Amino acid sequence: MKNQALEGKSFKFGDDISTDLIAPGRYFHLRSNLPELAKHVLEDADPQFAQKVRPGDFVVGGRNFGLGSSREHAPAIIKLAGIGAVLAKSFARIFFRNCINVGLPALICDTDQIEEGDNLKIDLSEGFIHNLDKGTQIKFNPLPPVMIKILSDGGLTEHIKKNKGFNL
Amino acid sequence: MKKTIAEKIISAHAESEVSAGDIAVVDVDVVMAQDGTGPLAVSQIEKMGFDRVKQPQSSILFIDHAAPSPRKELSNSHMVLRQFAEKTGAQVSDVGEGVCHQILVEKYVCPNHIVIGADSHTCTSGALGAFATGMGSTDIAVGFALAKTWLMVPHTIRVNIEGTPGKGVFAKDLIIFIIGKITSDGATYKALEFGGSAVEHMTMDDRFTISNMAVEAGAKTGLFASDDITKKYLESMDRGDCFTNVYPDEGAAYQEVIDIDYSAIKPMISKPHTVDNVSSIDELGKIKVDQVFIGTCTNGRLSDLALAASILKGRKVAPGVRLIVVPASRKVYLEAMDKGIIKDLTESGAAIMAPGCGPCVGVHEGILGDGEVCLSTQNRNFVGRMGNPNSFIYLGSPATAAWSAVKGYIADPREVLV
Repeated sequence: MKNQALEGKSFKFGDDISTDLIAPGRYFHLRSNLPELAKHVLEDADPQFAQKVRPGDFVVGGRNFGLGSSREHAPAIIKLAGIGAVLAKSFARIFFRNCINVGLPALICDTDQIEEGDNLKIDLSEGFIHNLDKGTQIKFNPLPPVMIKILSDGGLTEHIKKNKGFNL
Repeated sequence: MKKTIAEKIISAHAESEVSAGDIAVVDVDVVMAQDGTGPLAVSQIEKMGFDRVKQPQSSILFIDHAAPSPRKELSNSHMVLRQFAEKTGAQVSDVGEGVCHQILVEKYVCPNHIVIGADSHTCTSGALGAFATGMGSTDIAVGFALAKTWLMVPHTIRVNIEGTPGKGVFAKDLIIFIIGKITSDGATYKALEFGGSAVEHMTMDDRFTISNMAVEAGAKTGLFASDDITKKYLESMDRGDCFTNVYPDEGAAYQEVIDIDYSAIKPMISKPHTVDNVSSIDELGKIKVDQVFIGTCTNGRLSDLALAASILKGRKVAPGVRLIVVPASRKVYLEAMDKGIIKDLTESGAAIMAPGCGPCVGVHEGILGDGEVCLSTQNRNFVGRMGNPNSFIYLGSPATAAWSAVKGYIADPREVLV
């Protein structure tokens, strides 16, 4: 995994944030135009989100983040909007895998300790989220080694290119 | 070692025997994407530097989510898929053929296959005894190019279903009940394996409905053992030769066993805005509907349309209610025409659409207005699912849908079924 430190503000969402909330079906026609689709990211959960978010900020969810569709466009536009990482108590399976494939860190941790607007600093290799406003540290679960390998290669496309196939 | 169905199928496709928790790189038999996820898969294949697909005959691009196309951007996306197929020999299932998951079970999937698809309801094929699971476009791009993927072998929740359903209760009610029990993330990373005496007599259509919604409990796949019913189904699709017996070993290690008494279940409804927000129809109260939708990869099969027609025949859809019916495939459509089902539905007031996903994804055909309520036989009722975040989707069986269309509110099919 990359050693970079991420720093930004938290945008807090609840449980069960579906891919329909992240990348609404009514923008289906924009799926071949990700920069345009990214202008609507999370629109049905928070209509102002795309305007408010700044590069490096974090999306913080509750349980079962990303449930629903297989659409990889959901994590792809979160990343494209500049989000540094998605933090949640738990993730839906396909969304979690898609995050790794597109190179968006998805961290499983106790998000009850984070409030909307908290400034966070995350060192991915360290395994801790520092809440700069509260002075607390939150541990996040390490990724499975296979996913670390894919993420450290820069996502699945790069992994396959580099290894001419799987090397897991 | 005794194995679950998931462990058996994955072991047969990996380099060595595997069990729950292991990671394996496996060969895949069938790979697919649809018009919402396919264009991204195509661009990822190109980024990886591949210019061909490994198994063209079982690599399929489905044009079903926005078919026929409602706007030029989507028409252009469809062109990308057709051009890719032309170049690589991959298959196209074009406008009017039907919903990907229905076509997969009719034409492509066999027991003991591993099927990966860029659509979360790929788990539908689990009903044939195939390990079938949804993934994103990049995973599917790799699947197209290499006919391989990596998997974590899932732990399995065994669901034993006993007893006979009462009047007005169908597979859709059963799976909504089960999801209410497991919750929308209770089976995350796991396989659901359905068995028990009720399953032994269950039609393939019923099994497809149940496997289809496994992902609504978070599951990776929803598996049934293959048996004589599976064999007869494959024979009816002229694919009897691909039948193999797939079943769990006696004494396989399940993470959890859930026992369900089918006879105790009532007609069930998923209320807005999550599938696990369930209620029996008795407890629902009177909910007026503006639109009723019968179709999708969950409940757009021949038996579903026949059941709806048996209720609607000789009756009229209530004033102010729109009834939209979408056969799951061209084959379903033709059979429904031959049997007079389409005529009965149309005479009752239904609008019949071309086979495909229909209004389920909110792209076209039946987008809800502000504050409107739809009762649908689809698998999902999230905010915005049918194209408008200010609308309300309830899920129920085709019988509940048909009777609700007549009454104008969500109505109990036990009132009409004898």
